[in-house]
Order: sequence, then structure tokens, then C-alpha cells
Amino acid sequence: MAVKVISPGLATSVQDLGRPGYYHLGIPISGGMDRLALRAANLLVGNVEGAAVLETVFMGPELEFTSDAMVAVTGAELPPKVDGDARATWTAFPVKSGQVLGFDYLKAGARGYIAISGGIDVPLKLNSRSTYPLGGLGGFEGRNLQAGDELRLRSATGGVKEGASIPQDLRRLPGSPAELRTLPGIYWHRITESSQRNFFEDMWEVAPEADRIGYRFRGGQVLEFVEREQPFGAGSDPSNIVDGCYPYGSIHVPGGTEPIVLHRDAVSGGGYFMLGTVISADMDLIGQLQPHTPTKFVEVDMQTALEARADRSHLLNAIRKALG
Amino acid sequence: MKTRYSFGGDEHIFVEVDEEMSMEAFFKSLSMTTAVRESKINGVTEICPANASLQVKFDPDVIKPDDMLAILKSLEANAESADAELDTRIVEVPAYFNDPWTRETLMRFRERHQDPSGTDLEFAARINGYGSVEEFIAAYHGSPWFVSMVGFVAGLPFMYQMVERERQIEVPKYLRPRTDTPKQTIGYGGCFACIYSVRGAGGYQMFGITPMPIYDPNQEISYLRDFMVFFNPGDIVKFRPIDRAEYDHLLGEVEANRFTPKIHDVTFSLAEFHNDIDGYNHKLEETLNGS
Repeated sequence: MAVKVISPGLATSVQDLGRPGYYHLGIPISGGMDRLALRAANLLVGNVEGAAVLETVFMGPELEFTSDAMVAVTGAELPPKVDGDARATWTAFPVKSGQVLGFDYLKAGARGYIAISGGIDVPLKLNSRSTYPLGGLGGFEGRNLQAGDELRLRSATGGVKEGASIPQDLRRLPGSPAELRTLPGIYWHRITESSQRNFFEDMWEVAPEADRIGYRFRGGQVLEFVEREQPFGAGSDPSNIVDGCYPYGSIHVPGGTEPIVLHRDAVSGGGYFMLGTVISADMDLIGQLQPHTPTKFVEVDMQTALEARADRSHLLNAIRKALG
Repeated sequence: MKTRYSFGGDEHIFVEVDEEMSMEAFFKSLSMTTAVRESKINGVTEICPANASLQVKFDPDVIKPDDMLAILKSLEANAESADAELDTRIVEVPAYFNDPWTRETLMRFRERHQDPSGTDLEFAARINGYGSVEEFIAAYHGSPWFVSMVGFVAGLPFMYQMVERERQIEVPKYLRPRTDTPKQTIGYGGCFACIYSVRGAGGYQMFGITPMPIYDPNQEISYLRDFMVFFNPGDIVKFRPIDRAEYDHLLGEVEANRFTPKIHDVTFSLAEFHNDIDGYNHKLEETLNGS
């Protein structure tokens, strides 16, 4: 019951739905960046929705199976291959003992979720199997996969239908430009009205520095700050605050130049102002953004954020129903 | 101090107790944190105290954001009337200042620093008006520190020195963050000290290093077996300066898993502290040393 890593891809890690409850000690929630895709992959192979899967970015791994299993790959359009033969994404397919699961070039999106029936068996750390590489915590030995690693699998619970597939209209990838709905707030008042306008009107693009901690954007106008005498302890730059907690999805703009949206492996706090927060319903989309993707931040209010959240949970229910 | 509330998306409420740092703002944020924790509000998933603020994460499918906000506001009144007393512990942290490892690292990143011609210690001593690095180090370890926040990365304590504002050290962060910082570096940025719990990026000035691990994800170190993170907000820290010989000795003790930090329980009173800061700190130190 194992999978051998022949080649690890760029940054492939074990992830589940994360480790809430320790953010006040600097340990982030972690888990799949695109949680909807992660749940869908598990459902396709008959796992519980929060079973541990492999999250892979831009370039898939090569995995040799030492036992028969069902596999599904969701999220990015990262076409799977079994011993070189193409398989569909968002669809369950069998892999036999001795066969190799590989991947073709990425066609759309950024992160693929590879669910294997049973789920990846690594020790639970603070109630989660997710990898937090910065803290060397969880997953496979606290780090991304390397060639030669052997991953054990948990016993499959059954209920798997070969060829089961998520209908096209229930799959989600960002459009172009990507739209990230944002609730302004926290230190929104620190920037001038014209900068507030520019932030939402400008076209940004994903910078190369984009990972599980945060996504950086560039290309918009530099933000101007409302003048003030910096409060004691805040530091001298107008973008500095007395170090505080950072919400998941919060948008920082160090020096007013390049916004950073914090994601599942967020640093839990620091000394940069935040101008608002991407709403929970759009967090999954960020994990599917490639560098250079044009992106707009779209201003919304709380009511819209809650409606979008409800839409998201209807979508998940529709996926469950389609497979049930 | 005027408390300000703001939503961080649909899952967080950010509570700024004060724009500027002070012992009062820290105590109020800690006392609100305790109040929120003790209220056991259904739907709350994370309660994170910070230096002069706090953040509550909640599930809006369980509790409506406006209801969450109303509860927090009602708890603020209780937090204000609470006595500023805290049952906590004082911990001794051995500190090797001006060590070769942080010095080697700061030299590698000199072009990112305000003063490329000197060291971080020389820069910090000068801009804070100290005549020498030695005097600056003496002030640094002379008075204890409150752990006012734990975070950034796993287990990293932010610390605020327990002295009058006029004696607070203030330094800017690096112009551009370093891509490397040795594990257990003792750093400083704004008005906060920190101990880097893991090796990695960082923007704080680097003054020294401690042999004492403060984070162990494998939970093998004797005093981190129960939980992998050592510090909690509200802990009091006293640095004890050590030299190279003692650093090497303590590192050996850590590696043999024989090292345990010196810790003593204390009750801290904000009023008594303000009455006689140096006298109160001296008493805390005596408690730590068991005399």
C-alpha cells in the first residue's frame, strides 16, 4: 500500500483541510489552497472529503504505485497519464500496482490535487496531515516531496466508481482577468481616496513571487498614504503599523507598491498595514493563478461576501449530489 | 486609547485597541482575548492576541458577522474594568550577544541595511544614543520583557521591554528583508525584540543568538514534549548574557536533551509596576533567581 516518488515535480506536498486553532502561536491553517478541488478529488475516489491528498504546482510528480488504487486529479488542467496513456482530469481512474502516474504539461490553472483511494497516510500533527514547510511541521517529514520518498496509503473505504466525473459546469478555474472580490477594511483609511479608487480600478498581474504563504501582485499605481505622525512602535514607513495579526486573505502593500494576499501558510502577523481582505469564497481561486495572470480586485460589501460564500457551499453540495 | 473594530473579510474581526504600543494597550488586548476565550462563543475558530490589537476568526455560517461584532463590543467593557493583574511566569533566556553567526549573516546582507559600514548592534546603539555597543547590550538585558505576541512564523515571540517609554529602544527594520536569519537569532524591529524560532527570511536587526530552542515540531526536546511552541503571550522574559564558552556548553546540554530553562511563576500587577519600575523589575528578577 504505497506510492514511490520517482520525481517530485516543482513543489508537491501532502495537504488536507488544514490545522485550525494554532494561528495565535504563529502556526497557520495550511491545507489545500484550492479546497473545493481538494474535496472534489477525494469524493471521486471514495475518500472522506478531508482526506490527505497531494497538492502539486505547475509541474506534476511521477509516482510509481506498489498497489492497485483509484486516482483522481482535480483543480488545474494538469493532464494525468498512466504509463504514458492520457487520462481525464476531474475523473476517477484506476492505477495498477507497478504502473506509473505521470503528468503532461500544465494547460490551465496552477495547482493540481491528486487524490488516491484511502488517502495519504502520514502522522497527524495537531490534528492535521497538512504540510507546513516553514515550520517543518506535518505532511511527509515536514517538507515537500523528494525523489525516493515512499508514501504509505490508508485503507480504501470503497464506494468508488471508475469513470465517475465532475460535470464541466461544476468545475472552477479563474477567468482572465481573474477577479478577486475584496472587502475593504482594517487599515483602508490609511490610503488616500484617489489611491482607494486606483486600487480597485487598476489592472494588476500576478508576480513571480507567489506561493502558499502569499501571492504578490504588481503593475498597479503606487499607493499614497494619508499623512500622519507614525504611532509609537509602528516603525518609520507610512505602510508600517504596530505589529498585529494578519487575516487569511488580507492584502498588504509594503511601501505602497506591490500588494500581497496572504494564503493558507500565511505569516500570522507583522508590521505592514492591510487595506482589506479577499472574501472567503474567492480564496480557492487564488491557488489557481499563474504568474502574469491579469487580476482585478473587485470591491464588495459584507452582504455580497456572504452571498458568495453561500453560492460556494451550494456548488459543493451540487458536486456531492452529482457523485452521490 | 480608542478601540476600533473592522471586518477582515467575512471570517475575521480585527480589533485595534490602540494605534500605538504601550503596556496599557497590550494588557487590554490580552484581557479582551481572555474574555473572548472564556465566553466560548459558538463559531469562533481562532483567537489571536497581538501587541496592541487582537483578531478573532469565526465561521459566518455559524454566527453572523454583525452578531460576532456585537458580542466583542460587549466584552470590551468588561476587559476595561478588569484589574490589570496577570498570573504568568518569568523565564530566563541565555543570550550570546554579538555572536559570530548573526555577524556573518548580517555581513552577507549589508547592502540591504541602513548603515552598510557597521554592524546592526553599532547602528542600534548609535541611533538610540548609547555611547558604546556594551552599554546598549547592558540596557537590552538589564530590564525584563513581556511577550506581547506570538506569531509571524511558528512560535516566534515578539517582546516589549518593561521600561518607561523614554528608555524604549527603537530601530527600523532592514531596508529590504534578508532571505536568511539563523535559527534562534535575537532580533529587533520597531519597539519589539524577537527570537527567530526557525531559520528563514527576516527584516529585524540582529543582535545575538540563544542556544535555547523555542520550537520543536517533533516534540523531542524535554520541555517541548507537551507542546511544540514554548512561548505564550503574557510570558515575561529576562535575558542573561553568556559568552562563547557558556554558549558552547549550553548547546551541548541542549543536544544531549539535558537543558531546561529556568522558569518561575509570578503575578504581575500593572499598578505596582508603574509605581516603581526598576524596583518592581528587580523583585521579578529575585523571584526568578529564587532569592
